[in-house]
Amino acid sequence: MTRPFLAVCALVLALFAGSTAAFASSSATEAALAADPVAEKRLLKLSEELRCLVCQNQNIADSNAELAQDLRREIRTMIGAGKSDKEIIDFMVVRYGDFVLYRPPVKGATLLLWGGPLVLLALGLFALVRYQRRRAERVAAEDKPLSAEDARRAEALLKEADPQ
Amino acid sequence: MNRYVWILVGFAGLVALLAIGLGLNPRDVPSPLVGKPVPAFTLAKLSEPEKTVSPKDMQGKVWLLNVWASWCVSCRQEHPILVEFSKKADVPLIGLNYKEVRGDGGFDMAKMPADEERKLAWQRANKWLAEHGDPYKLTVMDLDGRVGIDFGVYGVPETYVIDKAGVIRMKHTGPITPDVLGKKIMPLLAELNK
Amino acid sequence: MIPELGHFALILAALVAAVLGTLPLIGAHTRRMAWVALARPAATAIALLITFSFACLTQAFVANDFSVAYVANHSNSLLPIQYRIAGVWGGHEGSLLLWILMLSWWAFLVAMLSRHLPDAMVARVLGTLGLVAFGFLLFILLTSNPFERMLPGAEEGRDLNPLLQDPGLIIHPPLLYMGYVGFSVAYAFAVAALLSGQLDAAWARWSRPWTTAAWIFLTLGIAMGSWWAYYELGWGGWWFWDPVENASFMPWLAGTALIHSLAVTEKRGSFKNWTVLLAISAFSLSLLGTFLVRSGVLTSVHAFATDPTRGVFILIFLVAVIGSSLALFAWRAPKVGLGGRFGLVSRESALLTNNVLLVVACATVLLGTLYPLLIDALGAGKISVGPPYFNAVFVPVMIPILFLIGVGPFARWKEASIPEIARALKWALAAGIIVAVALPLIYGQWSALTALGLFFAGWIVASGVLNFAERVRQTRAGRSIVATAFSQPRSFVGMHIAHIGVAVFVVGVTMVSSFQDEKDVKLAPGESVDVAGYHFTFHGVKAVEGPNYVAAQGVFDLSVDGKFVRKMNPEKRNYHSSAMPMTEAAIDAGLLRDVYVSLGEPIDRDKPEGEWAVRVYYKPFVDWIWGGCVLMALGGLLAMLDRRYRVRSRAAAIVPAGSQQA
Repeated sequence: MTRPFLAVCALVLALFAGSTAAFASSSATEAALAADPVAEKRLLKLSEELRCLVCQNQNIADSNAELAQDLRREIRTMIGAGKSDKEIIDFMVVRYGDFVLYRPPVKGATLLLWGGPLVLLALGLFALVRYQRRRAERVAAEDKPLSAEDARRAEALLKEADPQ
Repeated sequence: MNRYVWILVGFAGLVALLAIGLGLNPRDVPSPLVGKPVPAFTLAKLSEPEKTVSPKDMQGKVWLLNVWASWCVSCRQEHPILVEFSKKADVPLIGLNYKEVRGDGGFDMAKMPADEERKLAWQRANKWLAEHGDPYKLTVMDLDGRVGIDFGVYGVPETYVIDKAGVIRMKHTGPITPDVLGKKIMPLLAELNK
Repeated sequence: MIPELGHFALILAALVAAVLGTLPLIGAHTRRMAWVALARPAATAIALLITFSFACLTQAFVANDFSVAYVANHSNSLLPIQYRIAGVWGGHEGSLLLWILMLSWWAFLVAMLSRHLPDAMVARVLGTLGLVAFGFLLFILLTSNPFERMLPGAEEGRDLNPLLQDPGLIIHPPLLYMGYVGFSVAYAFAVAALLSGQLDAAWARWSRPWTTAAWIFLTLGIAMGSWWAYYELGWGGWWFWDPVENASFMPWLAGTALIHSLAVTEKRGSFKNWTVLLAISAFSLSLLGTFLVRSGVLTSVHAFATDPTRGVFILIFLVAVIGSSLALFAWRAPKVGLGGRFGLVSRESALLTNNVLLVVACATVLLGTLYPLLIDALGAGKISVGPPYFNAVFVPVMIPILFLIGVGPFARWKEASIPEIARALKWALAAGIIVAVALPLIYGQWSALTALGLFFAGWIVASGVLNFAERVRQTRAGRSIVATAFSQPRSFVGMHIAHIGVAVFVVGVTMVSSFQDEKDVKLAPGESVDVAGYHFTFHGVKAVEGPNYVAAQGVFDLSVDGKFVRKMNPEKRNYHSSAMPMTEAAIDAGLLRDVYVSLGEPIDRDKPEGEWAVRVYYKPFVDWIWGGCVLMALGGLLAMLDRRYRVRSRAAAIVPAGSQQA
């Protein structure tokens, strides 16, 4: 049942994806026609944080899909209306969900994601220290002085090997 | 226990995750609008261009909103099912025509004046419905896709189920199949209409 | 006829691989030398069969045989010959054939260049490779057969994706796959050691050149991919933390940890378990990458057409290969001896810390790549993890590693002293600070992040030079400086070149991120635009015809300070086979900067002789990014060619006297 659905999704996406190959063309045109370079720079920064939902993992700055163009236009309008970066991002999240953010929001579900690297680093260093300690113990254990019996045997063997 | 076995355990966890992943679809994005009030809009009606419609008009009834366009190939796929549905079911189906002219890709929008776009959009939408059947109680025209953005539309067709209080209860992306209709939409409608 | 022969050759290869994966392994265990002796000829046979099969597929492409479904989907009779050949690996099935081709060549090389190794060991290594090959061939034959016919044959092919019609396709996948697949040799050596119970310094010395070779190819393959994206896609980006890119980067990180760990195991006999585990991990990550790219589990621009059935097969293969080797490891590892002793402050310690950090970095990338899948699997919704996240978490993990690169060479083996290291490095510290302060100011803007990157670059280069100078001083014995310098062991020189490569890479990344500039303008013929002192004059557009496309070619004059430098010709191409226009940027590459022009669209679609939207970029030091990677690869090459690996002049194979039972 999911097969035809997936196939059709792929078709719809292909229709959109078709236009993504015209890289840098339409967005260059938009930017070239833009009235306000400062606003364009802000638009660029925001677009790099937002995901193009109809593309295969691209942000809306790089994509030329219809939806990406529409959303860029929308953001430009919002910048012109004096909205802050946070308001623009929230606008997108309300409509498209957290999926549209390339910088995942810090909340319960993403604690492991944002804290993970630090935890991994701490774990790694902890494991390192523990390994060094363990090693030192093992080394100390193996370095026990010889028993009297073993010492005599070692002497005898050495004398055998080197009669001098 | 041999502490190196923990690595195997970790690997088993990873494999489990990947196995589950094979059954999931990474492109299927759930809508954050489910459980929220339907976005407000005021759009012109296809049948009476001088009149406008807004979701307030549907307050008190359970209704479906279907996003479509004549250039959308998958819409053609689901259309017969919608026509069937409109004949049998008691629930009004409202059409949201999305970027009829702009979404086509074959027109140079920079050169098209607004009234010509309106005329063309109406012409195309009417022609398509005449050809394939009109399951909609009424259709509203979202020429530039702005309302679509408010609905979080990213892949046409999309269908929303809205309850009597005007809250979106379900969103389905992609064409409606008999399976989805029978197993998900109809039961929900029955429940909401109780 | 020929495609069928190619298909048949694959089936034969699978059968031989089944033999290679069983008899020599059993023979090594039960000392049946007849079976052990099968290993080398079997590996050779597999290489011949698969090469033949690959040649058959290539022939189908070159001859435009559109009755083969794969050819019909990825080629076209108007496609230039070089892309018809490169197109062989342009899709899923063909790229898998390339994968197994590389594996068969690596196995063949191991068979040929291992006369000095004990036959039982070679049998185990080749046997393991045979098992991997068998699994892969089964995968190809059962789910991804490139020789499948479509009857009736197509009139014309659907053409290779225009994005792939570029020299990058000819170079990047083969290099990358040589690297990916090359780690299977390190894996095979590790498994052989675990099977035989012989895990010692000799084993490390044998596997080191093979591992380094794979690492070199992977470094170059990734660098090539990054460079290709940069000049092809038109907006100057060079890394997107896309799941497929991460899938190649993770084995690289593990591989880097592995070559450093092998150094310790070879020289001091320590870290044996760690090295074996890293060898298993590097190849496992390669296989994981194969899974991610082809199963549809993650969304990516680079993903092949995906199919969950294939995903299931690869997953089973993953479980078999990785699960069995990890189980083998868990069984053998506790019995492995302690190896050489070393103090808390020593080169071993520094390398161990370095490895832990690299593994943490690799795990971080893995976490970010798989997190959306994890959240989805737990039913907690859908999120995206992209460049903002990775850039934020990856850089802090790399910083201690960059610091250690400077420290490591100065730390003595076994026992080092911090005061001694600090004394040697104080000049490196000074150099780093000077670079960090001065360079950004020269370029006009000082920022902490820029300074940090440049500091570490200076630190690494200075410490490398100082270490080299100190070694020359110590080993001079009356000779001239130049003679002493040239007489240093290749592995020593290679180490420093590779480390300097890292510094060069860091400079490239830092400078380009901090000081790049771009301008988007509309230009009529005769008008011009400036960026960072570079002056571009637009002279309109002329129509040109290519073998399978028509293009609008922009004519630009580049000048600096009024002096003409060169013409630049970006293009807007329309390929016959597809409706989408493609941008080809024009780049003037230089040692200290790239200048980049790309055409957008004509402002008025019907008047291409009028105004056009144009984008110009200034990218300082961007070529240092890939230059640094080339230096790293060069360093690795030198290290690999060190005299002690060249054993032809030595006496016949002996099991080194010092190898102990693990």
